[in-house]
This record gives sequence, C-alpha cells and structure tokens, in this order.
Amino acid sequence: MNPSPPPPPPRDPDLLEEALGLGRGGSPPWRLAFVEDCVETSGAFVLHHFLKRALSTEGDGTVVFLGLAQPFSHYDRVLRKMGCNLSVQRNKNKLHFIDLLNLEFLDEKGENDREIGFMDLYNRILRSIEAIRSKDNNGGWTTIIIDDLSHLEIAAHGSVKHVLDFLQYCRSLTSEMDCFLVILNHEDIHSSDEALQMLSHLDYISDILIKAETLSTGIAADVHGQMTVVIKDAPGGLIKKLHSFQFKVKENGVEFFYPGSRF
Amino acid sequence: MAESISRSLRDGCLEGEHAPALTIEDSLASPLGSHVFDHFLANLASQIADGTSQARGLVLVALNRSPSFYIDLLRRKGVDASLVDKWVRILDCYSDPLGWKDRIPPLTNVQKPSTRENVSFFRDVRDINKLLSSVLDLGKGFVGQGKTRFAVAVDLVSNLLRHTSLPSVAGLLNNLRSNVASVQPIMQLTDEHRSRRDFLWLEKNSCKAKFCVRLKRRNGRVKLLAEELHMDQVGVKFAAVTSENSFVNKSLLPKVQFNLQLSDQERVDRAKVVLPYEHQGNGEAIQIYDGRRSLSDDQKDPHLVQPSTLSAMTDAQANSGNGEIHYIRDSDDEQPDSDEDPDDDLDF
Repeated sequence: MNPSPPPPPPRDPDLLEEALGLGRGGSPPWRLAFVEDCVETSGAFVLHHFLKRALSTEGDGTVVFLGLAQPFSHYDRVLRKMGCNLSVQRNKNKLHFIDLLNLEFLDEKGENDREIGFMDLYNRILRSIEAIRSKDNNGGWTTIIIDDLSHLEIAAHGSVKHVLDFLQYCRSLTSEMDCFLVILNHEDIHSSDEALQMLSHLDYISDILIKAETLSTGIAADVHGQMTVVIKDAPGGLIKKLHSFQFKVKENGVEFFYPGSRF
Repeated sequence: MAESISRSLRDGCLEGEHAPALTIEDSLASPLGSHVFDHFLANLASQIADGTSQARGLVLVALNRSPSFYIDLLRRKGVDASLVDKWVRILDCYSDPLGWKDRIPPLTNVQKPSTRENVSFFRDVRDINKLLSSVLDLGKGFVGQGKTRFAVAVDLVSNLLRHTSLPSVAGLLNNLRSNVASVQPIMQLTDEHRSRRDFLWLEKNSCKAKFCVRLKRRNGRVKLLAEELHMDQVGVKFAAVTSENSFVNKSLLPKVQFNLQLSDQERVDRAKVVLPYEHQGNGEAIQIYDGRRSLSDDQKDPHLVQPSTLSAMTDAQANSGNGEIHYIRDSDDEQPDSDEDPDDDLDF
C-alpha cells in the first residue's frame, strides 16, 4: 500500500501578504482593511486573495462574505481557478455567503425602512458568526468581507449616514467578536461632497489602506496596475509603513513584483 | 504651551464661571488629533487620580473607540487600575449607538465580552438631551450632589454631528460647560475635496505636526500660540517651534564648488547697475547705445543717423520747459501725409 504523499510545503508569502503582515498563517495583525480601486483598475482580486487565504488549510479562519456585486457562482468560479473550492468550504461551515445581489431597502414608508434594513443586515451577520462559532470553530478568527460599499449606498438610496451607521456596527464587531473587516470601495465614482467625506471617514477608521490604481505611465501588457499599501499604527493614526509594488492579474492568481524587476 | 493647557484643565474654573473647554481638531493631512486627545486625557485622568485636579472624576463619552481601548490607554499611561475604576466613568456610545442590539434577538452559544462596572451603555446618540442627562447622572453619581465638579471628555464630536444637528451639539457642549470642571471634545475635519494624496509626503510628515492653539483668556484676550508636535514610541511630545524653515532652505542648497548666492557687496553693486531703457532721473540726456557707434562720439553726421538712435529728454528737462522729441523717419523719400497706399504695388 503506497503511503499518502506528504502535504506540499507552505508557500512563501507574496509581496501583498508581506506588506499586510500576514505571514504563513494566523490571524491578521490589524482589524479593518479598506481596499480602494478605480474604474480602470478593479481591486476585486484583493478580496479573492483575502478569501482564499482565510479559507486556506494553513489557518483556522472563517469568512462571512457580503456579496453585493456578484453572485456566489462568480466567486466560486474565480476561486476554483485559484485552488479553493468555495462550495466545499460553505458545506464545512467555514464560509457564510450572504447573497445581497438585489438588496433594496424599500423607502415607501419613510427613512426608518433604511435603518431597519441595515439593522436586519447586521442581524444576519451576527447570525452567521453565531452559526460559525456554534460548531468546532470557536477558536478560529472570522473575516467579514464586504463587496462592495457602493452597492450599500445604492441600497440606502444614497444615504451616507445610514451606511456609516452600519459600518460603525460592523466595526464594533472587531472588538466585541474578535472579527476582522475588509471593505472594498471605488474611489472615483463619487461626485457629491457627502460621499467624498465618507471616503475620508473610512480612511480615518481603517488600520490598513490598500489602493489599486493604474500605472502612471499608462496601459501595459505585462503590468496591470500598481498597488500601494498604507499601514497605520492605529486607526486614524500616523502612517507606520508604506509599501508600493506592481501587479499582474492572472487566471489562477495575482503576481506581485517591484517595479523594474520583471524582464 | 501644552503644559499650560493641561494646567488649565486641571485647575478648572472659578465659582460662577464656565468650565475651561479644549477642542482638538485635526484633518486627514495631519491625523494626530486622536493622539493629542489621548495625551491630554491621560494627563487629566492622572491628575484626577492624584487628587490634584479641581475635577473629582472624569466622564468619557466614547463614540469613536471602544471603552476597552481607553481603559488600556490609561493603564499604559500609568494610571492605577483601581483609581480608574473609582474615578473614571465611560459612557459607551460606540458599541450600540442606535439601540440595534436591543431590537434583534440576542446571540446564543457565543461568549459575550465582559462588561466593566465603570462602563455604561448608551443606545440613542440621536437624543442629545438624553445624552446630556446620562453624562450628568454619571458624573454626579460618583462625585455627589454638592459643589464638587467632574470633567468630561468626548471622542469624537464628528460622530455626534452625523446623528444630530450642529446647534444641538453646540447646546450640549454649552450645557456641559455649565456643570463640569473642564470639557475636552475632539473633532475630525475631513477633506472636502479628496484628491489623490501623496502617500510619500504623508509618510514623511505623519510623525510630526504643528500644534496651533487659540487660547481665550478670562479678560477676553485671545492668544495664538504654536508648538511642534512629535510622535514617538511613548506618545506625543511637544516642543517649542524652531526656526527650521531657514535651516531647511540652507540645507536644500547643493554643496558645489561655486557660489550660488550673492554676498552683501554683490547685492549692493547689483542695486547700483544702471539699467538700459530706464529713466534714472539724473538730469542728463540719455543716449541709448545701439552697438554700432561709439558712445563717446559727439560728432553726429546727419546722413549717417541710424534709426535706432534716439534721444529723449528727462523729466528734469521737461520741467524746465525745453522738452524735445526727435523722430527719424525710416525713409527720407517718403513724403509726409501721402495719400498713396504703400501697399498698392503688392499683387496677391
């Protein structure tokens, strides 16, 4: 009888994982990460990266994923190419996918409906955490991923106040329930001053800011964009470290490299 | 200057006067307001714990960070934990500011975080009157009903402004000043026009800032003071403003083997240079040298007069009534006031 092959050695962390202090497993050293992208450069691959890492066999992480932008099948397809089967993870109770593709808070009766809608959404997140931790994952860490914030604004009919109230409650989970929060938002789709102030507020409260943008020199075939990772010593605090590198999005993952290091 | 602020907060106010109030503002470009708030909060808590402050207790309205953060902060700053429990009360407006947790089913099978005795939940930040009552009740609850005063710290007023109007918040702070020894609210200013920030500049300048203070004295005088603020591992450090700008300017000049700056004598000589085409007002006629004739040549052949040679009278001569203007026509063949169009011979 042939012995089972040894498990593959853990791979070295890539530049993004090094910048985020993620290392080879374990919970992140921060609580709230804010991912910013733009129309010309999507930052969704960062969420896929977080999702895969949290569900990897090396760590005991779990994920509550708020899918506002794409259906579950989309993420399942993308993560399969990256070597992660989301359906299996969902069956194992490591992934709770909250399908919010057609999220809408009916505003016929008045403002209270938006607050009730966000409160229900917060309740669903709490139930997911409860379901995750009721089984054998009590010792694990939970990442709440929101893809993406602009759809929450749409559901709230542009009410930034309600969105920030909801985020305040999600943020409180980072201290009360030992959770981690990853939020994706688009930098260049807002025109109103109120929405811009929301972006500034998110900058204030985040521990880490991950910015995906186009190359300053223009479009290139081998380099799809540049990434800036800002590490703060505390929410709203001073910048502790700044990382900057470039990336290329491939079918089965993302390649990160320093400018000029590719031939 | 930071010390004088701490002293003002410590000394409180006289009978019949409003409590001293410190408002801290920061911005995205210099987001050190929270650190400054932590500095003054820890100082005040330490003075209250030592019994050196007029305030006999501290009520902290926590909207931006969890109560556990502040308890850890005070412990790190050396305030005794038992004294924190005795003289500090935290009104928790962070965990459940809108009362959602009361309206959803409670969690089961999940360990809830332990609550401390000196932390009280507040679940309706939209009701400013209720917030004021809660703050006053907390304060009077541990300092008594007499004339003993307590201090109030609010972190973060910008969060309050999201839920209620500016006049309501201003009214809250005004009412607090009537009842407490000192008030310390903190506000965040968010950039109105969010542009692509220079992260490298932010990284270089994120450990220091300028701390500008507008101090209103009892007599009505307003003093504007400034200090430099540096962040280190321990916390915030204040220092007097140095003449750094001139030093920076000097240090920016490259070190080369030739002189890039003028000496004083060279500046004086440069000021004495007579510039062409400029009336110097020395009373003499100015001859403008065109490069083809010697300046010292006083003999002028009228047939060789160059069109570019002009002479003009100065204002002094004009004032004497002998002003002249000499005009030399381009071509002597052309008759004045000719009706012919000089361009008639052009054939387009």
